[in-house]
Amino acid sequence: MMPSPYGSRPKPSGGFELAAWLFMRVSGILLLGLALGHLAIMHLVNNVDVIDFQFVSKRYAGPFWRIYDLFLLLLALTHGMNGLRTVVDDFIQRPPLRVGIQMALYTLGFVLLILGSFTILTFRPEQFVNAAAGAP
Amino acid sequence: MSLYRGGSGMVSYYLHRLTGVGVLLFLWLHIVDITLIGWGPKLFNELLFLYRHPFFRVLEVGLVAAVLYHALNGIRILVIDFWEGATEYHRQLFYAELILFALGFLPAAYLMLKPVVGRF
Repeated sequence: MMPSPYGSRPKPSGGFELAAWLFMRVSGILLLGLALGHLAIMHLVNNVDVIDFQFVSKRYAGPFWRIYDLFLLLLALTHGMNGLRTVVDDFIQRPPLRVGIQMALYTLGFVLLILGSFTILTFRPEQFVNAAAGAP
Repeated sequence: MSLYRGGSGMVSYYLHRLTGVGVLLFLWLHIVDITLIGWGPKLFNELLFLYRHPFFRVLEVGLVAAVLYHALNGIRILVIDFWEGATEYHRQLFYAELILFALGFLPAAYLMLKPVVGRF
């Protein structure tokens, strides 16, 4: 797909592609706050020197950051996978190869979505309380 | 794949795709590393040496650059798509985007690299 001279993707005329085009814009707006907020908190206010198991345990003690992270995960992964789908459609022309790669990407996206949601929703730091007692 | 007449539209479009795929690759890795927290503090904290390595700290600055560019260029695309008059100013919008990128990225990179400098 050729971009418009202004660097945006031409608006599809209808069907699934139009819905996907619109989804990219709506999820993009939501991700402006969610993703930039996440980066600012994790890499500017804090950094990887202070982020560890204890940090995540405290952060996940209440529901707020779990819900925040769940929305960020769902939106970022679907936004990213759909973006990659359009890139693959553009660069890989041969149908059997393209369909194979798309199937693999759908599977990977689904597995990562389940894995990430499961972790955010089921993480219980209490169960490691004895193991964590000795940690600094 | 053919290159068309180029200009800021083409540059911004390919940068948008490049940064998008780059951020997605990091997201895949990030989902896997956070999943490991379910195995408890020992494994999770031991693996953090990876993210604390100076090489990774510099890559992290690249991640911030990619997300920031993708976000600002995404805003520019929204303006172009939903406000018809904006196509007249698309080049100015791109330059404004680059200025905003520099204003956001340079302080962020400074804050992120300050604790790392001297550890190389």
